[in-house]
Amino acid sequence: MVVCLQADKMVRLKWPLFQTLRGVFAVYKPPGIHWKRLRDTVETKLLKELNSLEQRVPRQQIRFLPSFTEGENGVETSLTVAQLPVLADHPRVKGPKFVGLKVGAGHRLDLRSSGVLVLGVGNGNQQLVHLHDRHLTKEYNIQGSFGTATEDFSDTGRLIERTTYDHITLERLERIIAVIQGIHQRALLTYSGIDLKSQEAYELASRGLLRPMHKSPPIITAIRCVHFSPPNFTLAIQCLHETQQYLRKVIHEIGLELKSSAVCTHVRRTRDGIFTVEDALVRTRWDLHSIQAAIQDSRSKVNATLGATVTSQGKTCPLGSKARRGGAGVQDPHQWGRMHTVHGF
Amino acid sequence: MSMSAFCLLRIMVNGTKMSSLCHRICYRWSSLRITGLVFSSKQETKVLPKASYSLRSWSGFNTHPCLLTQKLWRLENPNLNSSAADSPPSKEDGTARFTESSILLNTNQNLGKTEPSRLAIDVQPVALDDAPHPSLFEEISEEEALRIEASPPLPPTSFTLRDYVDQSETLTKLVLLGMDLSKLKMRPNVANMLLRLDFDRDIKGRLLFLKDVGVDDQLLGAFLTRNPFILTEDIENLQMRIQYLQSKKFSKEAISRMVSRAPYLLNFSVERLDNRLGFYQKELGLNVQKTRDLVTRLPRLLTGSLEPVKENLKVCRIELGFRENEIQHMVTNVPKLLLASKKKVTRLFDYLHNTMGIPHHLITKFPQVFNGKFLRIKDRHLFLEHLGRAQYDPTQPNYISLDKLVATPDDVFCVEIAKGTLLDFEAFQKTL
Repeated sequence: MVVCLQADKMVRLKWPLFQTLRGVFAVYKPPGIHWKRLRDTVETKLLKELNSLEQRVPRQQIRFLPSFTEGENGVETSLTVAQLPVLADHPRVKGPKFVGLKVGAGHRLDLRSSGVLVLGVGNGNQQLVHLHDRHLTKEYNIQGSFGTATEDFSDTGRLIERTTYDHITLERLERIIAVIQGIHQRALLTYSGIDLKSQEAYELASRGLLRPMHKSPPIITAIRCVHFSPPNFTLAIQCLHETQQYLRKVIHEIGLELKSSAVCTHVRRTRDGIFTVEDALVRTRWDLHSIQAAIQDSRSKVNATLGATVTSQGKTCPLGSKARRGGAGVQDPHQWGRMHTVHGF
Repeated sequence: MSMSAFCLLRIMVNGTKMSSLCHRICYRWSSLRITGLVFSSKQETKVLPKASYSLRSWSGFNTHPCLLTQKLWRLENPNLNSSAADSPPSKEDGTARFTESSILLNTNQNLGKTEPSRLAIDVQPVALDDAPHPSLFEEISEEEALRIEASPPLPPTSFTLRDYVDQSETLTKLVLLGMDLSKLKMRPNVANMLLRLDFDRDIKGRLLFLKDVGVDDQLLGAFLTRNPFILTEDIENLQMRIQYLQSKKFSKEAISRMVSRAPYLLNFSVERLDNRLGFYQKELGLNVQKTRDLVTRLPRLLTGSLEPVKENLKVCRIELGFRENEIQHMVTNVPKLLLASKKKVTRLFDYLHNTMGIPHHLITKFPQVFNGKFLRIKDRHLFLEHLGRAQYDPTQPNYISLDKLVATPDDVFCVEIAKGTLLDFEAFQKTL
């Protein structure tokens, strides 16, 4: 139920708008803007459009107004009936109808990073919670550059050291990346909460369904290099429970492992669960019409994801319940097949 | 006798002569109450802070509840007892309006649960014999009977003007003029002030004055919403300020434009206006005509504080490195530069100069870039760079001027300047 805060009391939106303005949609966050400010901007824009669409009809009241007429005995007063609108309902007295709208943000992005940010309106906030509980992976494109090391692992921080990077080749980079993936694979197995010696664990792992369903440290499920031209390089990382600063630290550690140093120049989220960059709305498209269309488009996907969760015992849980058993969850549709080159498993 | 009693029932929401039988009954009861209060409570302290605290706790949404607190009519002033109905207590008396409705509710509805602490009480010793008490059972004329408009009693305190707007002629006329009362209810003292005004006496004169100055009728509502305090300014002072501006050779259209766009202008004293005009002339080194044009274009320069302007000028000179004549040229073209936030100006200039590589003289030539939004300029520049069309040097071919970069809408920019499509631009924005 969409509840807007009116100036004096809570009101519910009218039915047609109400139906379309509840759900989840994705926006593209530009770098340099705080996610809260983005959320506030979207809320303000929506409220402005809703208020402009709203037409208020004031109540009518019957007033008996004294009127003065010339009579035989001088000026006579009599009462005339008039139906006047009640001024207390006038928009200039009452104020705009909608003052607040519940817009929630999903997995946050910090100031310097950009990418897909999922927002929910009204009922969609509950769906955001459920989506979070599904623990779906996110995909990032991270650009790094060899040769420098800074305090906060990014190119705008205070410089700590400079190194050479001529000895770095693609093959070495890929080797390091594989090592990292192996470490995280082991972590994944630990945190999935499944008995490793069971058949169930083997089946899930082979199908690539293994995932921690509770809070855990950041886990990288897949990582590969998409672009390498020293000193710059770009990695595509698929991860869970991460923060953007952690990913910058990963870049820094890769630099250390390669006996050089690296900083992260940009972090960009290309996918958050089921929402990709194609679904995300650009800054110029943050208006009521586009958001309604985006919610409509994403509805089927979200319902499919949240609709039924198959537990390890094969039982189907209804919509809204959280699957807490083991590491089973809805298969992440965008996961890159199985884990490759698992070390030391 | 009945008329004098009638005039005593001057309610806070004035304008309409409201009288009702119950009011008169309650007045008599309340006058006894007042005396009771006088005798029993020796305190003459104002309990206003306590009242505001207790009411604030239930006002819910509003963080600045507009408490329409009321003062008791000081009964020490016996003149008002016998004043005629049509001469309302004038401002010179200095007494606050009698708000017997507050006492009504206290006595009627609270059923003896009196809360004298809810009101700001300034009680003085009263001469009981001076206040006449008309009899309840007196015959009243037909005229008076017709004038009785029985409506539900008004609440004594409220956080919104909605409760009073229908009954008050002043507020009704202000709303119909275009004033936005919903925005004013957030400001703490404005609503109290508006309720105390009388339309015919206070407001009409000032509105006619504003019309003489040249404020448009449509803009009057917005003007009053921004600056409701003009309704309490002295008319002689206002006229003096207009004469001062005319003496400084501002034309009539210029004055009306300035007043419409900076509603607080006429609340400033002549010395203050003089100071400011002198400051701009000295600091910017402009001649008289140019200063006049500058101030006419952005009259907010005269109403705002001067510290941010000084800061901005320092930033332009020292940090950004513009010369004096360049600053003069930019400010006369884009006066908003003086009032813009210095963080934003430095950020924009840093991007233009260091990242896009635009030299000082080009920025001086197109000062309207400072009107543009930073993210917009950044996105467009990166798109042009991606397409290989980022050429801002006028001597080179395929030159793109800065004003076209900033001022054109998105679709025009994409098609004509970048030679691409809007979809391409959006797809590119998603890769940033």
